[in-house]
Amino acid sequence: METKLLTVSHSPHIHQVQSIPRIMYDVVIALLPALIFSVYVFGLGALMVTLAAVLSSLFFEYVIAKYIIKRKPDILDGSAIITGILLAFNVPSNLPIWIVVIGSFVAIGIGKMSFGGLGNNPFNPALVGRVFLLISFPVQMTTWPVPFQDRMSFADTVTGATPLSIIKEGIKNGESMTSLMKQIPSYTEFLIGSQAGSLGEISAFLLILGFLYLVYRKVITWHIPVTIIATMFIFSGILWLGNPEQNMDPIFHILTGGAMLGAIYMATDYVTSPMSIRGMYIYSVGIGVITILIRVFGAYPEGVSFAILILNAFVPLINKYVKPISFGEKVKNG
Amino acid sequence: MFIFNGLKTFSKGGIHPEENKLSADQPIQILPLPGSVSIPISQHIGTPAVPVVERGEQVKTGQVIAKTGGFVSANIHASISGKIAKISDEMDSSGYRRMAIMIRADKEEQWLDGIDNSGKLITGIPYSRDEILQKILNGGIVGMGGATFPSHIKLNIPKGKKADVLIINGVECEPYLTADHRLMIEKPEELIVGIRILMIALGVDKAILGIENNKPDAIEKISSLAGKEKGIQVVPLKVQYPQGGEKQLIKALIDREVPSGKLPIDVGTVVHNVGTTYAVYEAVLKNKPLIERIVTVTGKSVKNPGNFLTRIGSPVNALIEAAGGLPENTGKVISGGPMMGKALNDLDIPVTKGTSGILILDEKEAHRKASKVCIRCTKCVQVCPMGLEPFYLQNMTMRGNFDEIEANRILDCIECGSCSYICPSNRELLDYIRLGKSTVTNLIRERQRV
Repeated sequence: METKLLTVSHSPHIHQVQSIPRIMYDVVIALLPALIFSVYVFGLGALMVTLAAVLSSLFFEYVIAKYIIKRKPDILDGSAIITGILLAFNVPSNLPIWIVVIGSFVAIGIGKMSFGGLGNNPFNPALVGRVFLLISFPVQMTTWPVPFQDRMSFADTVTGATPLSIIKEGIKNGESMTSLMKQIPSYTEFLIGSQAGSLGEISAFLLILGFLYLVYRKVITWHIPVTIIATMFIFSGILWLGNPEQNMDPIFHILTGGAMLGAIYMATDYVTSPMSIRGMYIYSVGIGVITILIRVFGAYPEGVSFAILILNAFVPLINKYVKPISFGEKVKNG
Repeated sequence: MFIFNGLKTFSKGGIHPEENKLSADQPIQILPLPGSVSIPISQHIGTPAVPVVERGEQVKTGQVIAKTGGFVSANIHASISGKIAKISDEMDSSGYRRMAIMIRADKEEQWLDGIDNSGKLITGIPYSRDEILQKILNGGIVGMGGATFPSHIKLNIPKGKKADVLIINGVECEPYLTADHRLMIEKPEELIVGIRILMIALGVDKAILGIENNKPDAIEKISSLAGKEKGIQVVPLKVQYPQGGEKQLIKALIDREVPSGKLPIDVGTVVHNVGTTYAVYEAVLKNKPLIERIVTVTGKSVKNPGNFLTRIGSPVNALIEAAGGLPENTGKVISGGPMMGKALNDLDIPVTKGTSGILILDEKEAHRKASKVCIRCTKCVQVCPMGLEPFYLQNMTMRGNFDEIEANRILDCIECGSCSYICPSNRELLDYIRLGKSTVTNLIRERQRV
């Protein structure tokens, strides 16, 4: 006993069990229902695109870490898997695999590893990849397979437009809102997810289910998703009340075009969102407002990705100027 | 104040680690008198006491062996009777060698005259405020929750300030520790008298005792007694660490926020721990100085976790033996709780006035996981009870940007460890913040000198 050496270290001497991999795999679990549903709706293509995105993301992360940055690759921490899944969730399920691989390269190589890897990237990597693809391959990125059609084939599927683009085109062509409403699925179908759209954005219900799981597992807090959705709802509601013939109602806006996917899984990315609760509110309101501005006044039918990337850029500024109010800083007693 | 499920708690941050109160049902046992004790002259915050005995001198239990060395200081008493064997520098829980007085025990213990060591309850308080303060000063009473600030100074309210309520801390929010819990169950009558003494000393007619809701037996016992007393209120609190922090407890109980850099008296209150309250009772009504305290010996690998009434200066080894010996696979021995306790490098060091527990962790629990990159998850910001940004303070300390950490209130940090506890990347947040704090403190001192 005399020779036994004791460990000496500073307090605290106990530690909670939540680690980076546990957090990351919780996110993967939260995304699984939406993925399975997407395979059910779009068929094998959805599975192929997701697998390609995940595997190529892992590959690029490994290769860049090992041969370019020259440090021990830690690809199993789960973060590259999430980037891959989220990239796949943001593209059509019939996107050619080589385009998916380019997307992964841009997401991991440029969006993440060029800044030093996990924890250092200013922009959400999956969105960097997605926006790069949208600008480089506009045709492939906006050719949407129709749900429940050709589920076993991959390349030549029947294609259609997303609800947001139907409305946007229609209004540009001077069609009335009442006639346009007839061309899009009902809101219940949006909630379940049987409209055309990106691979993982279609089922609002399953995405919300994943959100509840993440909040329950204390991976994320409610602040960012709820504030974004509320801002979108209020802002689009005001526009709708002002001119119901030109603008869609707020429920339509929050159920379509990846609003849920973006608010719950992309805007909440730890690395690229603010560090204080007050900062999160500012960031989320910004995303909500810009999303609606792009959707209603911009050239693209949908704007969540751009809005998140724009606000990502403001995060360092928000962190610098919006600090939490410390205990005893502003005291009003009695 | 923040109400959750009808229970009060503090409003900012906080965590809830596994409670592991293994020894909660173990009655207080008396640790056999050790063959010798080593009593450090500095067991409190402030100036060390000055020895007033010499080598070879015979002392009785309760006799003063070192007197206050300044304004912020406390008397030290012989915790056993016997011969002063040596006065030399010995290792204590700080890891440094500091002066300690060693007493070798007599065959038969001899108490100093006038000390009432019987268990008889005394309820009458025939003393004035000044007499009480003098007895607390003589008794060498210090804060026994861990901070060991001399109690008579806390009760000596500066001119121009006034307290209107006394707060008693029965929270014991550290996991594993049960010393205060057992005290509240086994000595409730004495505690009530102690609270009344402190109320007189402070000149207040109201006292609130806060107890976390994981100690329902203690809440019930003291509530039924307090119901008969005027002005003493028992408030159950939601279990949340670090509720035993002075500022957090004040916020939870009376919804006042101590401003940055100020003391509880600035918001009209003074906080004392239940252990201190009991020591005050003994010092004032039984003339018994602070020569023993309750120490929890605990840990998942410990054979018989328990609560021991221990003489100050007893070696930690003796306590561990009493709880079934040191387990084979021991990795770490901690003086105090797992959140704020100190890891010991030597088990011969003495129990002091601030030793609330001895916690033994096995090799696996003692192992600290490797630190990874910050993923900016904001968890440290969310749990910080002081509303600071631990990740940022660490980062700026690493870069040596001390102006920035000072401006970001690093000195408000209470070192509760919630940030390091919660960090999924196992980052050394508090380690760096401590470094930053001490550097900033030194820089401020230098600035004032200029």
